[in-house]
Amino acid sequence: MKQDNKVYFFDKPENIKKLLKVFYGLCAILLLLDFVVHRHIVHRFENLPGFYPLYGFVGCVVLVLIATEMRKVLMRKENYYDGDDQNG
Amino acid sequence: MVELASSLSHLPPFTALFIGALAAMLLRGYPRAVVMLSMPILGALHVYLLEAAAFSDIDFMGLQLQPVRVDALSLLFGYLFHLAAFIAVVYSLHVKDSTQHIAGLAYASAAVGAVFAGDLLTLFVFWELLALTSVFLIWARRTEKAYSAGLRYVIFQVFSGVLLLAGSLMLYFESGSLLFEKIGLHHSGLSQLGALLIFAAFGIKCAFPFVHNWLVDAYPEATPTGMIFLTSFTTKVAVYALARGYPGTEALIWIGAAMTCFPIFYAVIENDLRRVLAYSMINQIGFMVVGVGIGTELALNGAVAHAFNDVLFKGLLMMSMGAVLHMTGRMNGSDLGGLYKSMPITTVLCIIGAASISAFPLFSGFVSKSMIMAAAIEEGYGIVWLMLLFASAGVFHHAGIKIPYFAFFAHDSGIRTSDPPKNMLLAMAMAAFLCVFIGSFPSFLYERLPYEMDYWPFDLTHVLTQLQLLFYSALAFVWLNLRGMYPPELRSTNIDSDWLYRKFAPALIKNLVVNMSKLTTVLKLFFSAHFNQFIKDAYKEEGTKSKGYFSKLWPTETMVIWVAVLLAGYLLLYYW
Repeated sequence: MKQDNKVYFFDKPENIKKLLKVFYGLCAILLLLDFVVHRHIVHRFENLPGFYPLYGFVGCVVLVLIATEMRKVLMRKENYYDGDDQNG
Repeated sequence: MVELASSLSHLPPFTALFIGALAAMLLRGYPRAVVMLSMPILGALHVYLLEAAAFSDIDFMGLQLQPVRVDALSLLFGYLFHLAAFIAVVYSLHVKDSTQHIAGLAYASAAVGAVFAGDLLTLFVFWELLALTSVFLIWARRTEKAYSAGLRYVIFQVFSGVLLLAGSLMLYFESGSLLFEKIGLHHSGLSQLGALLIFAAFGIKCAFPFVHNWLVDAYPEATPTGMIFLTSFTTKVAVYALARGYPGTEALIWIGAAMTCFPIFYAVIENDLRRVLAYSMINQIGFMVVGVGIGTELALNGAVAHAFNDVLFKGLLMMSMGAVLHMTGRMNGSDLGGLYKSMPITTVLCIIGAASISAFPLFSGFVSKSMIMAAAIEEGYGIVWLMLLFASAGVFHHAGIKIPYFAFFAHDSGIRTSDPPKNMLLAMAMAAFLCVFIGSFPSFLYERLPYEMDYWPFDLTHVLTQLQLLFYSALAFVWLNLRGMYPPELRSTNIDSDWLYRKFAPALIKNLVVNMSKLTTVLKLFFSAHFNQFIKDAYKEEGTKSKGYFSKLWPTETMVIWVAVLLAGYLLLYYW
């Protein structure tokens, strides 16, 4: 493999920090817009201010936490099935 | 010229792609590439001409069959499959292996045949052809793993076909018609059984929960280029068949909602990135199944439109991962990372696919998924709507972020390669263009949907709420990653329902056989010991006469006694 000494964009931590700051800023703006824009409501949960940001954030955290727990039950070695299939 | 075109339009619509498959078999080099590229285009023109052509039923051994039926639903899928075939052919032009070219185009042609099939028998024929042609795209990987996964795949697929045939015959027996119209699940007696069998047949190909495993098992073992064909056809034919046969079947709403939710958990912990995408395929098909289950015009339009978009964005994501596999020979998240440095174009194209599947406004997923969500909430399925919303956040998490992040960013794996061959890049660029184009100008797609509708996705509420959902899902990813709580990519296998037939059932049978043979050995020993003792006891000494009364007599004397007993018994019965 060729030696690659070039420093790329994401190799600099300050670039990542900058990007994250922009991202946090956008998140904040989107949350604030929830209080400015009048959304039309169909489901009663939507009445809750910040319902969508909350649902997205909490949903994903729960998703990842449950999935991590699932690993304890479901995870096997990479070659778990190897050697079984050839018999049949 | 016009006459020629109109007479050619009376050929069945799968002809062009089938000729493409034949050309792949007979030609080599440039001529083959030219024919293979032109056939999907000619086929699409053919579909265009079909709109005016009339096809008559044929009489086959006393059965009324309709090999070609043309309506808005089949036309849309007809265009879609030719488009998908064209992109997949471009993507695989560099491949030397003829098997894959033949199988790919024959497979596409079977898919076109299936969506234009007007009766169940014709559908069955193409249904099985889909299985038999596509399995070669898996076997073409030529590994031990791919061979056994392909075998399991084809068993599932053929079994689905058997169910379809059995169900069709039952319906025919009861109603006397084989035409493929709305079937539904409200029959009685044999018809109900037939309807259920066909439902199950469609369900297997549609990857319903518990019979989904052929998809995540076999697809990731296919070749990088074969995967693109596989992604485009089988499951979409199944969605079409459900939309034709079972619109408005309530069970589908719940089945579909389950399909959107459970795969995302698996996708989060799966290491093989193409397997992550396979799980995400089930998740997207789930949205379509919900749409079919709701069955209103908006929902059905949404299901069909989402199938159309899914072929493009899932194809794009699969192509970008196929490019990574082609260039690096690796597909596990744990082995990849930092590829943006050497595959910048692929990275950008992959991100477009990720944005589309995540349904960012102005990307294609947004304009079709929202129709299904809107229909769910309008029809009062609040819980289903919440499940779909969770799945939308989840799909962004695993397909939108995880795929590009672990392949192209994350920690630098040190792999330095280059962008893939030009034909692969071109195919990805076409799919990416269509994702953005349809996402930005949805009326292009809406006009071709089966039902007239008055729906526009870009209103302020919808755009804002979708952006909020997605950005805060991303925020959750960032937060979990910074806290070190995000599950790392590990070399591993996660057990799924295939465990039942790959580990549990074989172990059970093995146990049973081992224990049975142990039992028979013990019983044999026990009985032979007692039997020998019994024989031994019958003799006074070794080699001498036995002790029993009858054994002292001549055989004829013994026989006379038994005849006397028989006659006495007969006499008794006679008086009685």
